[in-house]
Amino acid sequence: MARYALRFAALGYLAILLVLPVSLVFWRTFEHGLSAPWHAVTTHDARHAFWLTILIALVAVPANTIFGVALAIAIVRHRFPGKGLVNAIVDLPLALSPVVVGFALLLLYGRLGWFGPWLERHGIHVIFALPGMILATIFVSLPFVVREVVPVLREIGTEQEQAAATLGASGFATFRRVTLPAIRWAVAYGVVLTTARCLGEFGAVSVVSGHLAGKTETATLFVQDSFESFDVTGAYAASVVLALIAIATLVAMNAFRPKEETR
Amino acid sequence: MATRVVALPVPRAAPGGRALVHGLATLYLSLIVLLPLAALLSRSRVEGGHGFWEAVSGREAVSAVKLTLVASLIVALVNAVAGTALAWVLVRDRFVGQGLVNALIDLPFALPTIVAGLTLLALYGPRSSVDVNLAYTRAGVVLALLFVTLPFVVRTVQPTLIELDREMEDAAASLGAGSFATFRRIVLPNIVPAVLSGVALAFARAIGEFGSVVLISGNLPFKTEVASVFIYGQIQSSNPTGAAAISVLLLGISLAVLLAIGGIRRYASRHDL
Amino acid sequence: MRRISGRYSAAVAAAVATAIALIPQATAATSSRAGGSISLVAYSTPKEAYGQIISAFQKTKAGQGVSFQQSYAGSTEQAQAVVNGLHADVVALSLEPDITTLVKAGLVKPSWSKDRWHGIVTRSVVVFVLRNGNPKHIRDWEDLVKPGVQVVTPNPLTSGGARWNVMAAYGAMIRKGKTHKQAVAYLKKLFQHTVSQDKSAREALQTFLTGRGDVLLSYENEAILAQRKNQPVYYLIPKATIRIENPVAVTSNASDPAAARAFVAFLHTPTAQTIYGDNGYRPVDPKVIRQFNYPVRPWLFTIQRFGGWAKVQKQFFDPKTGIVTKIEEGLGH
Repeated sequence: MARYALRFAALGYLAILLVLPVSLVFWRTFEHGLSAPWHAVTTHDARHAFWLTILIALVAVPANTIFGVALAIAIVRHRFPGKGLVNAIVDLPLALSPVVVGFALLLLYGRLGWFGPWLERHGIHVIFALPGMILATIFVSLPFVVREVVPVLREIGTEQEQAAATLGASGFATFRRVTLPAIRWAVAYGVVLTTARCLGEFGAVSVVSGHLAGKTETATLFVQDSFESFDVTGAYAASVVLALIAIATLVAMNAFRPKEETR
Repeated sequence: MATRVVALPVPRAAPGGRALVHGLATLYLSLIVLLPLAALLSRSRVEGGHGFWEAVSGREAVSAVKLTLVASLIVALVNAVAGTALAWVLVRDRFVGQGLVNALIDLPFALPTIVAGLTLLALYGPRSSVDVNLAYTRAGVVLALLFVTLPFVVRTVQPTLIELDREMEDAAASLGAGSFATFRRIVLPNIVPAVLSGVALAFARAIGEFGSVVLISGNLPFKTEVASVFIYGQIQSSNPTGAAAISVLLLGISLAVLLAIGGIRRYASRHDL
Repeated sequence: MRRISGRYSAAVAAAVATAIALIPQATAATSSRAGGSISLVAYSTPKEAYGQIISAFQKTKAGQGVSFQQSYAGSTEQAQAVVNGLHADVVALSLEPDITTLVKAGLVKPSWSKDRWHGIVTRSVVVFVLRNGNPKHIRDWEDLVKPGVQVVTPNPLTSGGARWNVMAAYGAMIRKGKTHKQAVAYLKKLFQHTVSQDKSAREALQTFLTGRGDVLLSYENEAILAQRKNQPVYYLIPKATIRIENPVAVTSNASDPAAARAFVAFLHTPTAQTIYGDNGYRPVDPKVIRQFNYPVRPWLFTIQRFGGWAKVQKQFFDPKTGIVTKIEEGLGH
């Protein structure tokens, strides 16, 4: 009896918090047919917004994957002063509000920031342009690959790597042939999480974007700007596209989830 | 046949290669994370301790931070209960569609926060289909935070529950203990570190949340304005010192919470939980 | 195994190459194309108007081949963004103090307002936007502080529109013979009745349209836009109200000053002024405004009456000592 009550309560919570609101947005978007939402997401501004989001992810995800693996190896396998600090810094983006991230970048690369004058003299635009948004997105999505790879590296231990070294393999060859295959599913899962975080970033890019219509508006900013310009159809339609991408992410997450977390 | 043990020299990774990996990784980390952090800390101290204090003790700032902390605490507690319940239902129960439900738990993570805010506004805002209007209310803030923090406790408790040895529970049951007593005395102590870990993550996430709150809360100063929205306003109205001070305050709180997680994890692993 | 690292390197190379290829295009504020390019940074409401004006400009000789980048957000927010590095060739803001911010930052020359138009490109008035039927029978400023009336107005710290609203309210009291102290007391009561503090005039309109509040203080042009978008509201202009004047300026670091100046000059031509008029703004060109029938209010006053924005900005809106700042803090609970 308690089992059914608990099940009902837990699933009910999920329904009113999650399932119903999301379903309603789908319903309202397609209530009057497919053509209105379709037109809303295929305008020039909308298409550019989605393209910009993807472009940012195309830079941020590989960067965080490569350096994430490097950081994970450094943290687990190598000994160096300040290792604990590095570990904490990697987790920092999870503790920081995205608005603060954007603000910090403003303080660095804005016209009045630390590098402002230098950047201006050389005609380089970071804030209110693509590089700033990429930096913000890299910042907020940094931890995921590292956090997924570190426990796996710890778990598999160094036996195989040491064996490879004994057999004469160089550091890089060991990495390529022993370490990498062992961590590849952790990396895959981390990549999925990183990608999801990149595509969904809003707060940080909101601060550094400059609202340049058709230029520095990502998909998420497009949702907000549409909503505020009375374009509810556009906002909902773009939200549905983002929600579909999120659902695809869920599928990928489910496929690559580390085995300890599933039954 | 006798085997000869040959001592081969064990080649280590070329020191140059290791240094390169370290160097690049550290450079990356510094450029991406440390440098902005340094700029933030520096800006908050530009007007000295007095300026910092003035910024964080301003009435609107205090109101925003208070609302943020209280709402996040409420959300953390609700998640402790609801998250554990969901984890239990997903691990110990069996029903049709369980896999789907399990996958759905991650939706708040995968969904952009602004879209989350929009979906909540659709159902619980002024054009609600169920006549519930939480826009411009503190309840709306809590609702948005509950949405985005849903996965945290569930995902930290699940693995623990899975690994839990059921012998003790079975023993307790065979001795006549009711299911709730069993839960309270046997299961709970074992999952507390995981619950606390998830709660800490949820709290840290909630105090910085922006995108989902910004639509439904209405951002009324002194009423429904959370810290992140306040910071945004300070940035936009050319008060970077104020923005930096509150940012550093929030960061300090988050770090304290993260350190607590680290402590809990170490405690748990030391006691082999 | 060799394949994995190959794939990695290829992916990295592709990403980096894409990034390098696209970054210049995304960041280049200037274009070496023959037409020139203009980055227009404007406040939140004239998006539709400028869309049409830009198209018209591009059909003229001076505007042929000129490409535009446009950004719209709260007036003060935009001024701050430009100070922080948002590249702008032309700034079109809601009120003079936001341009003054840019002058102080060295981004706009102090002589920006020394033309025959004093730098102003459109006018408007502060109006009451009301729900159809006006259930609370709001007709004048005193009605806004009747018990139970909820007022929507943006945040004076980030929205130019909000400051126009405040000065309209204050000025109306003065015009009706109240003393400065009484007028400030009225402002205090007005803020007590305020139920929202959006970042911009456009967002405040959004809020009002979701059903919040009984009356919205806004620009006349926003009210007209809402009606045109078939929103269930109408507006009335109180007898005593302020003349809103919206400035435009070319920045001192414009990447193509000639094109920027040509565009600003175009804004004063009858073509552009008519487009403004069609979008609910009051043209500054006296010939053009006659084609529209914008009501003239008997007790219309300007900001000059209170010493101009330089004085008013400090007296009322200074973030530490301003009258409105103190009122807002006093209301905090």
